[in-house]
Amino acid sequence: MIHVDVALRRGDFTLDARFETPEAGVVALFGRSGCGKTTLVNLISGLLRPDRGRIEIGGETLLDTASARCLAPEERHVGYVFQDARLFPHLSVAENLDYGLRRSRGRAHVIAYDDVIALLALGPLLDRRPYSLSGGERQRVALGRALLAQPRLLLLDEPLASLDAARREEVLPFLEALRLRLVLPMIYVSHAFDEVLRLATHLVVLEAGQVVAQGPLTEVSCDPALTAIVGPAAVGAVLDAQVLDSDAATGLTRVRVGRSGELRLRAAQVSAGARVRVQVLARDVILSDRAPEGLSVRNALRGHIVSIEPQGDEACRTLVDLDGAQVVAHVTRDAVAALRLQPGAEVWALVKAVSLRSHSFPPG
Amino acid sequence: MPFTAAEIDALRLSFGVAARSVLFSLPFATLIAWLLVRGRFRGRFVLDALVHLPLVLPPVVVGYLLLVLFGRRGAIGGWLYDSFGIQLAFTTAGAALATAVMSFPLMVRAMRLSLEAVDQGLEDAARTLGAGPIDRFVSITLPLMLPGILAGGVTAFAASLGEFGAVITFVSNIPGETRTLPLALYTAIQTPGGDAAAARIAGLSLALGFTGLAVSEWLARRVRRTLGQA
Repeated sequence: MIHVDVALRRGDFTLDARFETPEAGVVALFGRSGCGKTTLVNLISGLLRPDRGRIEIGGETLLDTASARCLAPEERHVGYVFQDARLFPHLSVAENLDYGLRRSRGRAHVIAYDDVIALLALGPLLDRRPYSLSGGERQRVALGRALLAQPRLLLLDEPLASLDAARREEVLPFLEALRLRLVLPMIYVSHAFDEVLRLATHLVVLEAGQVVAQGPLTEVSCDPALTAIVGPAAVGAVLDAQVLDSDAATGLTRVRVGRSGELRLRAAQVSAGARVRVQVLARDVILSDRAPEGLSVRNALRGHIVSIEPQGDEACRTLVDLDGAQVVAHVTRDAVAALRLQPGAEVWALVKAVSLRSHSFPPG
Repeated sequence: MPFTAAEIDALRLSFGVAARSVLFSLPFATLIAWLLVRGRFRGRFVLDALVHLPLVLPPVVVGYLLLVLFGRRGAIGGWLYDSFGIQLAFTTAGAALATAVMSFPLMVRAMRLSLEAVDQGLEDAARTLGAGPIDRFVSITLPLMLPGILAGGVTAFAASLGEFGAVITFVSNIPGETRTLPLALYTAIQTPGGDAAAARIAGLSLALGFTGLAVSEWLARRVRRTLGQA
């Protein structure tokens, strides 16, 4: 387990964050700019010291103010990929990669040099100097450098934030590959939810220095705390799904969600059995109190209402359980009244196939 | 233009004094620059002022203070002589000490500027990669402040070649021992019929100055190119 419980006061900013996640997988630390995400990873890396706290990774205590234990960053073996890469300008790419590797002598080497070079496609860059690299290449080298230091935990502080959209798309596949190929816990800081969707298995939501929600991404994705941050237009359930079959004629793919639910969506190049992640935006879900007929909508799943909460003056967020898969629907108060929606009521959730987004997400 | 043996002597002596002065100052100046930029201690202002004092004091005053401290009967000079048999007043070593003190602030200033430009984020990155404090300084900080160390070294060397007031006050004007180029020039001016000699030495000093500046610029460019700042 990764256990973090820290408090720090700086001027009028107070961070008081506590979260616990399993070591396997990628934890996304998600929140608006200025909510304390970078401060939190700096505390975990040891570059900052908290006023009070305790940090534990896999049974080893890195910090415990109660017993005055505080390992220096160089003793923590916690890798850190900074937003701005921070490659050493006086060293070549190969020397940058060697920097951490040479200082990890005497500890178990689980991440092999050749694997890192291959995984991040660093071979052609080895002789180059940092100033001649593009932003995306820099971040790949920074990733490789951090990995070769044989960390037991890798912190990534918005590694894509300084890149434009095209460069981000260039680096994201490498991050996805890392998640699948390495057995290494990662904490990924981001304020872009689409990155979180593609990489994270767990989510810790930070707001004004406090953890307001945490847990597996599929669970936290329906949490109201997240709505406040991503905004009502972008909020939606994230479902883990398995591909049943693809129909070349219709261009639609059928996936299994929950225990018995089926969704049809457009997905590129997936084979039967593959794991995908589907995001169902709350504003795209229509609720019906009876089985629909004569509609163009391709997905109608039966379920029952778990909860209804008012959101703003005219809308309600309605949580619907579809036999093991939960989705959120934003509907008007008017509709709630007209359909007499209430917790426990049976409903059909309708989603157009074209409004579903999915991407491949094999289990790590 | 042919130089006399005495002038060649003065040139050789100037180089020897300047080289010793720079080599001796480099480690101390690096340490002081580091303390002034990164140090968090009380009295930093006092240290800063002390280091810069030779810039604002008349060189003669510095020479006089050196004489008081490092003379045969001075607080430090007496101890050095009694314990190690080292005499500084009126010797070449003393000339090197006087020029080192005078050029020290120039060296520290150049180093300080380049150290201030070193991104501490890089040192943080080195920490997370397992580098301890000394390791970090040697592998990251020092190479990155190299432009400043070079610039400081070259500036201090050039200033040392030309130091006059503190040298003549502290170690006098002894041919072959402490008569460096500026002192030789001064002597030539004071000597009836020494105009030609004075002109030769002045020309030589000018040429040295230009060479020094050119070398410094060339070094700086090379380092900038390696760091990708050009």
